[in-house]
Amino acid sequence: MNPTDLPAPPLDRPALAEATARFTAAAAATGAADLVYAQLDSPLGRLVAVATPTGLAQLSYEDFRGGLDAVLEDLSVRLSPRIVEAPARLEDTQRQLEEYFDGRRTTFSIPLDWTLCGDFTRRILQATAQIPFGATATYGAMAAAAGNPKASRAAGRALGSNPIPIVVPCHRVIGTSGRLTGYTGGLERKIQLLQVEGISLG
Amino acid sequence: MSRLPPFQRFLDAHAPRVWRYLAGMVGPVDADDCFQETFMAALKAYPALVPGSNERAWVLTIAHRKALDHLRARARRAVPTDAVPETPHHDPPPGEAEVWGRVRALPPKQRAALTLRYAGGLTHAEVALALGTSEEAARRSAHEGLKRLRADADADPAATADADHRPSSRTPAT
Repeated sequence: MNPTDLPAPPLDRPALAEATARFTAAAAATGAADLVYAQLDSPLGRLVAVATPTGLAQLSYEDFRGGLDAVLEDLSVRLSPRIVEAPARLEDTQRQLEEYFDGRRTTFSIPLDWTLCGDFTRRILQATAQIPFGATATYGAMAAAAGNPKASRAAGRALGSNPIPIVVPCHRVIGTSGRLTGYTGGLERKIQLLQVEGISLG
Repeated sequence: MSRLPPFQRFLDAHAPRVWRYLAGMVGPVDADDCFQETFMAALKAYPALVPGSNERAWVLTIAHRKALDHLRARARRAVPTDAVPETPHHDPPPGEAEVWGRVRALPPKQRAALTLRYAGGLTHAEVALALGTSEEAARRSAHEGLKRLRADADADPAATADADHRPSSRTPAT
C-alpha cells in the first residue's frame, strides 16, 4: 500500500440536506437567526418574504429588487447577516396570501415588524394598513392621518418605500381624482391588486 | 469593500466540507449532532467574523472543537471493560472507504490533521490554524498518521483494498 493520499470520504447528500434543514429550522425557532426568509409564489410573481422574531419585516417582488441574492445582501448589511432560509416560519404568510388572491380573505392577521421603516414612514404605513379591503384613499389623507396634512409628497415617498406591500396595502392609496401613480412592484401590479379587490379605475 | 455574505450563503458554501470532516472525525452517525452544534456556534459568532477572512478555516476550527468535545464526552460515557476494542464500534457507512475507519482509530492529533486535510479539504497552513499549532507540526501529524496507516496496511494486506487510491481531483494541492 502506498497511501500518499487518502480519498475524501463520500458525501451522504440526503443526510446532509436533512441536517441542514434541521439546523435552519432550529435557528429560526430559537431566534438564533435574526432573520428568516422564504420564496413565496403569488399570481403577481415570485415574492421574497423576510421575518424577524417579531414579525414580517419585508415582502419583496423578487424581480423588482434585483433578485433573491440582492434582497438578502441588502438585509445582511442593513439589519443582520444572521439570516437563514426557513420556509416553515413563513407558511402562514404564504397561506394568507393565497386566500387573499383567491378572494377568500379581506384582512391579514400577520404580525409585522416595522424595523425597516423610519418613524414617519411607519406612521404613514400604519394609517395605510387601516384602509379597508376594496376601498381607496388619497396621499393627502394618509399624510393627514400621520399628523401632517401638508406632507402628501413625503407620504408618496413613504408609500413608495413600503417594505411590506400587499399586506400593508399601499396599492389602495391613489392620487386625487383616482389617478394611479407609482407602485413598488410596477403599476401593472397595482392595477391587478385593485382588481382582486373589485376596484376598477377608468 | 468586502462584506459578510448572508449566513445562508455561508452555510450553503461550507456545509458539505463540514459534514465530510465530521463524518471522518466522529463517524457518520454522530456527525449530525456535531454539525448542529458547529453551525449554531458559527451563527452566533458570525457577525464578529472579519469580512474577507478565511471562512473555511474558521468554520472547520469550530467543527474541530465540537468534534473533540464529542469524542471526550463519548470517552467519559464509555463503560470500562477488560477488552479494549481496537476499532470504532460502529460499522462504516456504505460507500465509505474502509481506511476512514482506521483513520478514526489513530491518535487524536494525527486523526485530526488527516481529517481536516483530506475530508475538510484544507491546506497544511489551514490545518495548523484549525489545530492551533504550527504548520510544521500540522505537517508532521499528517505525515505520521499516513505512515501509521501504511504500517497497518502492511501488517494486514486485506485492509488495503479500497485505500489504495491515487490522489483524486478533489484532493488539495500540497
